[in-house]
Amino acid sequence: MSTLVTAEYGVENIVKSFGGAKALAGVSLSVKSGQVHCIAGENGSGKSTLIKIMSGVHAPDTGLIRLGEKSFNALSPREAVREGVQVIFQDFSLLPNLTVAENIALPTYISNNSRFLSKRESKEIARTALDLIGVDIDINSPVADISIASKQLIAIARATNLGVKMLFMDEPTTALTRKEIKRLFEVVEQIKARGVATVFVSHKIDEIQEICNTITILRNGEVVADGLMKDYKRDAISEAMTGLNISETRIAPPLKKSTTKVIEVKNLTTKPTFSNVSFSIAPGEILGITGLLGSGRTELAEAIFGQYPVDSGEINVEGKSIPLNSSSAAIKAGIGYVPPDRLTQGLFLEQSILRNLVAVGIDQYQGRGGRLAKSRLNEAGEKWIKDLRIKTKNPQNPVTSLSGGNQQRVVLAKWLAMNPHLMILNGPTVGVDIGSKREILEIIRDRAQEGMAFLVVSDDIPELIQICHRVMVIKNGQVSKEFNESELDENVLYKELS
Amino acid sequence: MNWKKLLLRNETALIIAIILLSITIGVKSPEFFTLSTLFDIFRSSFVQLLFALGVLVVIISGGIDVSFPIVGIFAGYTAVVIMQKFDLNQNSLMIPIVLAIVIGIVLGGLNSIAIASFGIPTLIATLGTAGIFRGIMLTFIGSSFISDIPVGLDNFATADLLQIQPENGTLARLHVLIIPIAIITILVSLLLSRTMFGRSVYALGGGVEATRRLGISVKRTQAKIYMLVGALSGLAGILYVSLQRKANPYDLAGSELDIIAAVVLGGASIMGGYGTVFGTVLGVILISLIKNNLILLGVSGSWQRAAVGALLLIGITVQAISETRKAKNRRVSTNDEAA
Repeated sequence: MSTLVTAEYGVENIVKSFGGAKALAGVSLSVKSGQVHCIAGENGSGKSTLIKIMSGVHAPDTGLIRLGEKSFNALSPREAVREGVQVIFQDFSLLPNLTVAENIALPTYISNNSRFLSKRESKEIARTALDLIGVDIDINSPVADISIASKQLIAIARATNLGVKMLFMDEPTTALTRKEIKRLFEVVEQIKARGVATVFVSHKIDEIQEICNTITILRNGEVVADGLMKDYKRDAISEAMTGLNISETRIAPPLKKSTTKVIEVKNLTTKPTFSNVSFSIAPGEILGITGLLGSGRTELAEAIFGQYPVDSGEINVEGKSIPLNSSSAAIKAGIGYVPPDRLTQGLFLEQSILRNLVAVGIDQYQGRGGRLAKSRLNEAGEKWIKDLRIKTKNPQNPVTSLSGGNQQRVVLAKWLAMNPHLMILNGPTVGVDIGSKREILEIIRDRAQEGMAFLVVSDDIPELIQICHRVMVIKNGQVSKEFNESELDENVLYKELS
Repeated sequence: MNWKKLLLRNETALIIAIILLSITIGVKSPEFFTLSTLFDIFRSSFVQLLFALGVLVVIISGGIDVSFPIVGIFAGYTAVVIMQKFDLNQNSLMIPIVLAIVIGIVLGGLNSIAIASFGIPTLIATLGTAGIFRGIMLTFIGSSFISDIPVGLDNFATADLLQIQPENGTLARLHVLIIPIAIITILVSLLLSRTMFGRSVYALGGGVEATRRLGISVKRTQAKIYMLVGALSGLAGILYVSLQRKANPYDLAGSELDIIAAVVLGGASIMGGYGTVFGTVLGVILISLIKNNLILLGVSGSWQRAAVGALLLIGITVQAISETRKAKNRRVSTNDEAA
């Protein structure tokens, strides 16, 4: 766009330490208006510190923040907003109890220091903001009733409305399906055309390759690669991020021939979510299930674990029929389940790592009179920390002290500790960096080799191809197609999905 | 808004409950259906409603205040003591009212300090201050019953807006307070819906971190909330004293159950973020109906408290059930979108 003046936003030689540990060791970054830039890096590489410095949460030790013509030694949160820096966090920071209109309009009132607001005016503000990015969402609806994808678009509308010049999006595609990601990218193109410098913080290499023009890769607080997106190949990016040569080739173990089945699901039906779903999994087999959001894939996984109501059907575990609609019966029969939202569903966040590790099989550690044998608890916990390579200095620390990848491993360990016959993993690597992802997949592989059966629910197609023996595609609550080992191909699967 | 939505609203359910209860009482004792009963229900609701409006604001913000009855009686009783000790104009109505409101704001301010500055959980903070306030009142201000309250306050007890004498019935008196209370109710409603402070209260109930990121000062909002509750409680306390025509420092303690039950039944979510003034008004009327008229159904007085307690639990259970149902509907609707 010729009418827009090109400006540059970024930082120069930023150093930031926390109690002696250098989070950022001289990082420079520059994004031009109308460009989409990617910041990639593993957990702990300094990405979030950089975002916090740009948005005024932290002040850098040394270095400069440059926003167009102006430069700053540090910003306050209000200054950052005034200068047009906005961050869309992973939780979007929206208020579920207020309407879409208010969520978009409130910051405008706040920055104007208004004392009063009118419903009509907030609706106008919201409508204009949504029109500007070409999105149509019911502005009278409470945010609680709105899909995650729409929440993201609302957060973008809110940011653009405040005259955003530099927009950070932290892991924006984590909870979105392919179709929603496409929609998001269209919106990003819109704000790009309006001269916003957009910064994507993401792990997902194929997505950043699709949308970003330029890239900066951080590792241990330093810039290890920087340049045009088109100059970087997939493998080069993941190598720069991890410092290791991590390939994404298949790691599924060879499947031993077996006539027995760990689980047989027959005609499982819950109208209208899914109907007549039948499949079976052999010992040591890893079955993948994928489908768009709303296809019924998550509900199906929960139904097998007895957490989503089932109308009719049959589930046999190790040849024996188990009662439906009961998660305690499922656990007893040897089914384990790791939910997609590990933070809210899978962990006792404030409790220690150790306690979380032993929480599921707690009955095993029961001593006389129902008391728990502390020494045995500790022993078991230590064993899991070692086996799963969980990085912690002290197992007594709360789970919140761990990084995302390590938290996911704690959840995994919790369930593996029961030695289930069938392990259901729903989005096992959502929000996890490449290095940890690889390690989680390796854990799955190792346990499958020992004979544990896995059901992996995911929308990460490359991941399914890497680890699964078979992949089932769910569409509108029915198995639309099944792909065996020799048929697994990224393009074919994407095609079947959409 | 379509009909189905209107029917599902909490306010609709409350109106139906109030009507059904009235019919039941009325069938058993026809004298219930008189103007006099209606005006009596209003009269017994004034003080309750003032307290309830304050509690509503706190509950929407995701907090809870259990000190308000003590703040109320502290302010009312102390105002009377000050009027007498310093021999202020005994005919004045405004002096004791202003005194009580100021005392209420000061006590609310102490709650604000405990909650906003020290970050003490709201239930614990107000439970603690309630004990402290009560102790201070009984030790330093007085513990004796005052029956000769200032003339201005005393006369106000019988200040009727209108009196209607039906044929062969009891005289129906509508107290003049109906007007200022209606105005205050509308003002609180506007405060909640039209001002940034009001929306900040809702925001706070929706999520503390998200509110902070919006650039709203959480501490300042909390401080204002508890001072507002103090002011409303102070006013409620002095009006209580006036309507009762006596100042008893032991009164009102324990009335938090009725008020909180009324607000929760009125649809305010105990988890914060939701609640309306209209719902609260209906909740207060329902509780008042139960407290004052259940006796006409032959239910003994000692069961009234149990009935209110049960209603509080029912109200919270209904909230929880409708929340799970909503969550399930959401799921089904995302499925529809995909299909």
